[in-house]
Amino acid sequence: MNKPVDFQKRELKGYSNVQIGEKSKYKDTQTYTDPSFLFNEAEATPAFMTGSEVIREAIKRANIDLSVAYPITPQSEAAALIGELYAEGYMGDYFRGENEFGVMSQCAGAAFGGARVFTTTAGPGTLRAFENFPMWSGARLPIQVCVTMRGVNSPLSIQPDTMEAYFLLETGMLVWHAETAQDLFDWILKGYIVAEMPDVHLPIAVCCDGFFVTHTKDTVVLPDEKYCLPPYDPYRSPVPCMDMECPPVRMMRDPFVMKSNYISYMTQASWQLEVRAAIERSRKHTKALIGDLIECENTDNEIVMIASGTAVSQSREAIRLLGLEGINVGLIKIKTLRPFPHEEITEALKNAKKIFVPEFNVAGWLAREIRAVIPNNERVVCGPHVAGGMTMPSEVIADEIKKAMGMKVSGMTARG
Amino acid sequence: MSKEKIKISEALYDIMPPEYQDMVEDATYGNQDRGWKDIGESKELIEQHSLCAGCPESIAFRYILASLPAPEDTVFVGSTGCTSLVFPHVAVHNIHSLFGNQNAVASGLKRALKIRFPDVEKDVVVLAGDGATVDIGLDYTMQSWFRGEKFTTICFDNELYANTGGQESGLMQKGFVAKMAPVGKLFDKVRLPEIARESGCHYVACMTVSKPNRVEKVLKNAILVAREFGPTYIQLYTPCILEIGKQSMEGLDEMKDSEAIGGRFVFKEYMTDEVKEFLKQKDAEEKDRKKAAKLAAKAAATA
Repeated sequence: MNKPVDFQKRELKGYSNVQIGEKSKYKDTQTYTDPSFLFNEAEATPAFMTGSEVIREAIKRANIDLSVAYPITPQSEAAALIGELYAEGYMGDYFRGENEFGVMSQCAGAAFGGARVFTTTAGPGTLRAFENFPMWSGARLPIQVCVTMRGVNSPLSIQPDTMEAYFLLETGMLVWHAETAQDLFDWILKGYIVAEMPDVHLPIAVCCDGFFVTHTKDTVVLPDEKYCLPPYDPYRSPVPCMDMECPPVRMMRDPFVMKSNYISYMTQASWQLEVRAAIERSRKHTKALIGDLIECENTDNEIVMIASGTAVSQSREAIRLLGLEGINVGLIKIKTLRPFPHEEITEALKNAKKIFVPEFNVAGWLAREIRAVIPNNERVVCGPHVAGGMTMPSEVIADEIKKAMGMKVSGMTARG
Repeated sequence: MSKEKIKISEALYDIMPPEYQDMVEDATYGNQDRGWKDIGESKELIEQHSLCAGCPESIAFRYILASLPAPEDTVFVGSTGCTSLVFPHVAVHNIHSLFGNQNAVASGLKRALKIRFPDVEKDVVVLAGDGATVDIGLDYTMQSWFRGEKFTTICFDNELYANTGGQESGLMQKGFVAKMAPVGKLFDKVRLPEIARESGCHYVACMTVSKPNRVEKVLKNAILVAREFGPTYIQLYTPCILEIGKQSMEGLDEMKDSEAIGGRFVFKEYMTDEVKEFLKQKDAEEKDRKKAAKLAAKAAATA
C-alpha cells in the first residue's frame, strides 16, 4: 500500500481534464500551472501579512469553484476576503450560509456535484458543523476546511485553544496543523493535491491556531499570482460524481440501514476501514509535497519537546533559553495529526529519556496520542499546557522543564 | 446525460443485470411526452421499494419519477426517513447525507452544477419527509427559499415520524395522540405552504397523491418554474397507514377523505402573477408541440 517513493524525483502529474498553461476558466490573468512548478520553481516574492490575508492569497491560487462563508471569530476576516476574491472573479460562486451546519452541508452538496470547495470555521462553529465531517469522509468528498482554532467552552471564549483539533481526529478527515503563515499558505494549496488524489479522496482540515496565526503578521513567500492550480477533476474519484453524467446504477438491493445482518455490518465496517486506509495512503503524496510528516531538531538529546502548531514556535524559543543555561533539548514538530506519524515519532524519540508535550488546551490530548504509540511511555510528560486562551510564554515552558528535571527555578512559575 | 451514456458495450451486454438492460432498452429518458401513464408500460425509474405494503409514499414516488421533465439531467437530494429507504432503488443520481440538511445540500449542489454545466439545465429536486422538512431541517428549508435557490422542494407529509415509529411531528394535526404526544399534540399543524409563499417560493402546491394527473402537472410546473424563477414547494399527503391504524388497501380512501371539501388537504395552489403567465405560455407551447408531433406521425403513417 505505502511503497517507498523517491520523493526528490517524484513528479506530480498535471491533470488530464485541462492543459497545463491554459488560461483559467475564472480569471483570465491566471494560467493552470503544474503543481510541482508552482511549488518549487515559480518566481516568488516575500510578503508581510496576517494569517487571514495568507488564506486569501492561497485561495487566489487554488482555483476553487465555490466557497461558503459564515462569520465566527477568528476566521471571519479570511472568509470575507474570499468573498472579495469572488467579486474579483477568482471563483464560480460564493455565499453566506445560515450557520455552520448549513455551510458544511452546502459545501457537501457542491462537492457531490463535482466542485472544488473551500470554507473556514472556528471553535463553536466547528462543533456546530460536526455531524457533517464524518459524512464528508464517508462520502469521499475532498472538501477543504481551514480551521482557525479557538476555545469551545462556557463561559464564552474566543481565545486560542486547540481542543477542536482533538475532536476532528476520528472524523476520517486528513488533519494538518500549521505552525506558521508559510505552512498555512503552502498547505492550503498542497492540501488540495493530496485530498483529491484518487487513492485518498478525503476531506482535509488545515488547522491553525486562532489569533496567533490568523491575526499576527508574518513573512510569507508567495509565488506569482499569475499561476493557479489546475481544476479539480471530479471523475478521478473512487465514487461517482452526482451530476447524472454517468449511469445511475442501482446501488444496492436493500439499504444497509434496513438490515441487521452480517453483510450489512461488514459493508459498514469495511467502508470505515477503507476511509482510514485512505488516510494512511495519503502519506506518500503528503511527503512528496510537504516533506516528512515530522521535523526533527537535535532529537539525540535526552530531553525532547514534541508539539504541533504555534506550540512548536514557543518550544523553539524555550529551547534557545534553556540552551543559554547549558541545557540541551531536542524538538519535534508534528505537521500532520491525521495521518498520525507514529513510526516517525517512535523512531525520533528512541533515545529520549524525558519527553515534554507543550499544548494550548486543557486536555493534553497530543500527549495522550503520543503515549498511545511509543514504547516506554512513562517518558512522556503531559505538559506544560495552558487553557482558556492563556499564552504559554517560552519562559514558562523552560521553567516547567527545569522543574520536572528537579532543577531550581525562579519567578512566577516557581510558586507552582 | 445523454442516452448514449447508459448504453452497454455489446461484449458485456449479457452479463449486465436485467434491470439495467431494461433501463437501456425501455426507460423514458429523453422522452418529452413522459408522464405517469408510462407506469407499467415502460421501464420505471424505480425498482422494488422497501416500504410497507400499500404505502401511499410508494405510489407518490412512482408518479414523481415518471413525471420528471428530464430525469437524464435530474439529481435528487433526500434525507433520513422512509424516503431514504427507496432512493437506493432509483435510476437517477440521488444524495443522502444527513437528517435535515437536504435543502442546504441541494443549494450547494445546484450552484456547483450551474458552474460546471452552464449550458445544460440540471434539475435538482429535494424529496424529504415532514420531520426533515419542517422540524429538524426547517432552518435550511426556509433559508434556501430566502436565498432564492433554484430548485424544487417536495415534502412527503405523513403527519408524523414514520420511520422511527410514529412520533409527533410539526405537521401532525392538533390533538392527535402519538408517541411523544401522549396527551395529544398541543399545537396546530405547521402551515408550511403559507410559510413557503411568504418565504419566496414562486410556486406552491399542497395536495394528496390520489390523482396522478394532478401530481404530474404540479411536479412539472414546479420544476419548470424552479428553473426560471427560483424556489418551488410541493407538499404531498402520503398518510402513514401503519401509524394511523389503516389497512394496506385504505391509503387511497384516506387521501380522498382528507382532500374532500373541508378536509385539510383540499388542493391548494399558489403562484405569482409572473409564474401564471409563464405557465400559460408553457402550456400553449406544449399543446402546439403535441399537435405538431401528432400531425407528423400521421403524415409519416400515410406516406
